[in-house]
Amino acid sequence: MLEARDVTFTVGGRELLSGISASFEPGKLHLIIGPNGAGKSTLIKQLARLTRPMTGAVLYEEEDVADVGEAVLARKRAVLSQAIEVAFPLSVREVVMMGRYPHFGGSPGPLDHKLVDQLMDFVDVTEFASRNYQTLSGGERQRVNFARVLAQVWPSDHGTAGFPKCRYLFLDEPLTFLDIHHQIDFMKKVRDFAAAPDAVTIGVVHDLNLAARFADRLYMLKGGRIIAAGEPTQVLTAKLIREVFSVEPQFVETTEGIHLIFG
Amino acid sequence: MARPRTTLLILAVLSILVLAGSIRYGAIDFSLSDITAALRSLVGGPEPTLDQRIFLELRLPRAILCLLVGAALGVGGTLMQALFRNPIVEPGLVGTSSGAALGSALFFVLGGILDIGMSIWSLPIAACIGGVVATYLVFILARSREDGRASIVMLLLTGLAINALALSAIGFLTYIARDPQARSITFWSLGTLSGANWKSVAIVAVSTIGGTLLALRYAKQLNALMIGEEEAVYLGVNVNKLKWIILSINVVIVAVATAFTGVISFIGLIVPHILRMLLGADNRYLIIGSAFMGAIILSLADLIARFSLRPAELPIGIVTSAVGVPVFIYLLRRRQYVF
Repeated sequence: MLEARDVTFTVGGRELLSGISASFEPGKLHLIIGPNGAGKSTLIKQLARLTRPMTGAVLYEEEDVADVGEAVLARKRAVLSQAIEVAFPLSVREVVMMGRYPHFGGSPGPLDHKLVDQLMDFVDVTEFASRNYQTLSGGERQRVNFARVLAQVWPSDHGTAGFPKCRYLFLDEPLTFLDIHHQIDFMKKVRDFAAAPDAVTIGVVHDLNLAARFADRLYMLKGGRIIAAGEPTQVLTAKLIREVFSVEPQFVETTEGIHLIFG
Repeated sequence: MARPRTTLLILAVLSILVLAGSIRYGAIDFSLSDITAALRSLVGGPEPTLDQRIFLELRLPRAILCLLVGAALGVGGTLMQALFRNPIVEPGLVGTSSGAALGSALFFVLGGILDIGMSIWSLPIAACIGGVVATYLVFILARSREDGRASIVMLLLTGLAINALALSAIGFLTYIARDPQARSITFWSLGTLSGANWKSVAIVAVSTIGGTLLALRYAKQLNALMIGEEEAVYLGVNVNKLKWIILSINVVIVAVATAFTGVISFIGLIVPHILRMLLGADNRYLIIGSAFMGAIILSLADLIARFSLRPAELPIGIVTSAVGVPVFIYLLRRRQYVF
């Protein structure tokens, strides 16, 4: 369970987040939507404890995370950011292995190697395993990093002792660079991950149709405030979409459910 | 994972071979029997002859100092490049080396006048202070007013300016110096190993070996830094603490080496570059590999320096610059790296 209590964050006198309060339960996929500059990435960074709130608090399992050590948190919390560049030539396998860094001291153990192999297979990058990450396309890189963050928060055999008990996965616009097949494939995998009873999963997406299709709970953000939160059908109303995104939505009945078209 | 280990082993063997060559050949060549007789005299054998004493007191410490200084500069380059995520940074370019040389020159010139209590650590400490001040100045002055970050272009240009300032200050000091050791500007600005003795070997050994072993403990964290500072934080790295530790290790090992040899440029640039082609970018292998590779390359450069004008010798900095500048220009012109 992750809870934001009245989180406010200011940079250079500008309030990027104002009084954000929300609780994110395990076992569900929480997606944040909102126009550019709404504060979505800023909120992800707050929740993932990259930055600390000016006022308010972020609580993991009812404990304030502000002062938890980096190394402790890194074993249970991973963040998939946008467009990861690697400074020097590194193989895909080494990049995925980085997800295991918080879990081993000197060198990776056999379980780490096995998990990395499985996850590369899972996101379909095994054929690039020994290739230089820098030569990959944006979409391929995104999948490699997905495997990396999954490796970081994969259920470990060390048990769930210690703080935090849940595993936390944050996704900051993970669909950028992915083609339509990989977007849907990615969202399915995220939904499966999020279904685990100890997984708290929070992501930012731009595509409202994908958000509606996969989210258990949607959060609509504008001007650093949560405008609406709830099930997709409660949040994606014509009135709210018009108000927040300044577009005119049409709701079309399809075999896959309601589909949005924008005018 | 056998490949990087094998490469490291080969590098270790090569360092020993280069050391062997380096103790055997030079202004005078020592035969194997001379060398073994000289070494035997250390453990209670017959008194060494004059030649054997030259070997023990000049040639051997010089060859070992060369290995250690090469290792220090190689490791320093690798650490700086990993920290700044850029392959064209090296201790000589951001003021560390010239600052350390200035600190040592000041020590020689003013130390005699002020008559401060001196121990064998006074010179290395003076060099470290010089190295820290110059490096710190470069980073403060290179920082952008808007976001407080130091871009690589600004770092290099500021480094250039601070280097020029430090070298002209050294020029002034050598001009007014009375101490014969500090008299030669060549010593400080072009680098030479000719002043090696067992005391300098011991001091440089402590800082280089200690610094390298300490840096190895942070290899994994430096790897995480390769995918970006934010990502490293998410992977559990305390990035600010890491930066301070790595910068400190780098300044100490480079400054102490520079205190005894003067400024030797470009080793820290070439070594990691060659090694990444051999070993890949994984710092767990790169740091230890760059110690061996630095030792090998500097020893080869020293052999060239001793052979090209035999029996006189070239300052070693001339040799390393002659090889290093083309590599530097090649790296600058490569588009793969963003500034």
